[in-house]
Amino acid sequence: MMQATLLQLFDLLAQTLFDVAPIAAILVGFQVGVLRQKVPQLRKVLVGSAYVVIGLTLFLFGLEKALFPLGKTMAKQLTDPAFISGGKALSSLVWSDYYWTYLFAFAIGFATTIAEPSLIAVSLKAQQVSGGAVGAWGLRLAVAFGVALSLAVGTFRIVTGTPLYLYMIAGYIVVVIQTLYTPRMIVPLAYDSGGVTTSTVTVPLVAALGLGLASTVPGRSPLLDGFGLIALASLFPMITVMGYAQIGAYVSQRKQRSKQKYGGGQDPLQAESTAEGLTP
Amino acid sequence: MPAEIVAMGRLVLGTLRDLAPIVVIVAFFQIAVLQQPVDDLGGIALGLVFVMLGLAVFIRGLEMALFPLGESLAGAFARKGSLFWLMAFAFGLGFGTTVAEPALIAVADEAASVMAADGAIGTDAATRDSYATALRYTVAVSVGVSLVIGVFRILKGWPIHYFIIAGYLGVVAVTAVAPEGIIGIAYDSGGVTTSTITVPLVTALGVGLASVIKGRNPMIDGFGLIAFASLLPILFVLMFGIVVGA
Repeated sequence: MMQATLLQLFDLLAQTLFDVAPIAAILVGFQVGVLRQKVPQLRKVLVGSAYVVIGLTLFLFGLEKALFPLGKTMAKQLTDPAFISGGKALSSLVWSDYYWTYLFAFAIGFATTIAEPSLIAVSLKAQQVSGGAVGAWGLRLAVAFGVALSLAVGTFRIVTGTPLYLYMIAGYIVVVIQTLYTPRMIVPLAYDSGGVTTSTVTVPLVAALGLGLASTVPGRSPLLDGFGLIALASLFPMITVMGYAQIGAYVSQRKQRSKQKYGGGQDPLQAESTAEGLTP
Repeated sequence: MPAEIVAMGRLVLGTLRDLAPIVVIVAFFQIAVLQQPVDDLGGIALGLVFVMLGLAVFIRGLEMALFPLGESLAGAFARKGSLFWLMAFAFGLGFGTTVAEPALIAVADEAASVMAADGAIGTDAATRDSYATALRYTVAVSVGVSLVIGVFRILKGWPIHYFIIAGYLGVVAVTAVAPEGIIGIAYDSGGVTTSTITVPLVTALGVGLASVIKGRNPMIDGFGLIAFASLLPILFVLMFGIVVGA
């Protein structure tokens, strides 16, 4: 038992190192061959790189031990026709019978996105660069809400068998319109958040959900209909992140307006929070 | 050293908040909806401890290595002042990190099976293999090109939404003429290309470039590289589908 665990751990370490190898090769190659400069604080960078590899290995190990088997079993159970029909004939199932599936897709999309390491990285950077104006936690919540919505819509799409491109095109149109009205500062970050949401934690669970659903819903092919959940999960966060910024801008505008209206003195709380937001 | 331990301990505690939603949701569906006992609760608890530790160590490494490295590279390239080498680096980083990405290999293999089942390509193993490999290189080249365009945009300070909107219009137009089997794969390939190590490095590189170049705003100009890397693969794979399917 102990031995098997250690073997699995070493396996994952080897896999992580294998994934890191091309990145390391390019960094070292350019550093030595082109830039010919010493990396500042080389020791710290090396220790930190070891942390990245060890951290990812432990993270993946924990996921494979705890979350993936359980999540995949649950995805299978919640898309199982026997569970959904509750004794009714299979052919009489309509889209609304799958409500537990949609709810599970929503919930698991939200929860796995909150734990996604690349999103943590981008949101930390955004908070730092914006001097706190964009909060790391608020950004992660907005992105997670987007992924949650996308998976609920995506599972609905698989159940109803409607074509993916219709959803994608409608989503693009919303993104374009929002871009015109959103605070300019958030646009690049919102576009980025579409791409960072789907990696280590989310993809395996989403794939299990899509494949499970496409192979049990009558008339769906897992090969043709199983795809597309990830695509929606990279589209919807753009909408929710821009929406989050729009709501923020709207709220502060209203505050400003009501302050003018009543001609009152400055709200001490408001003054404090702006001062904080400006500190780099 | 004690400061290091305190910092790490704080990070481990912080991950409690990151993982709480997962625990709550899994527990709710198991207890209230599925109403089934979970086997091996001890093993799952142990696994969660590993997830917490791993996440904390990773975040520490991020702040010690990946962020400073991305920024120092941006500074070094700016000082060197060679557009060619900066572009070569951007392409190499995008191509190199994508071509061996396990998620992409899995998607490419699946795509080959779909196309074989569709009758678009031959069903023998050799044909499928070469199809999957060609698709993988297409995506890797597209990510390389994405970073080149994205870095060039940062240098010029052009607004990102022109690029992204034009890119989407391209995707919509090409979708209309692409073979049906490739569409889902193409749209998914945009999401799988950006890995956990690439994202922080590329983000720090973009923000670093925007901070060292005069007149650029790190918030408006620095972000956006990942957006290119998730849009362009869709377009490239759709076109790949048209070329190979025809």
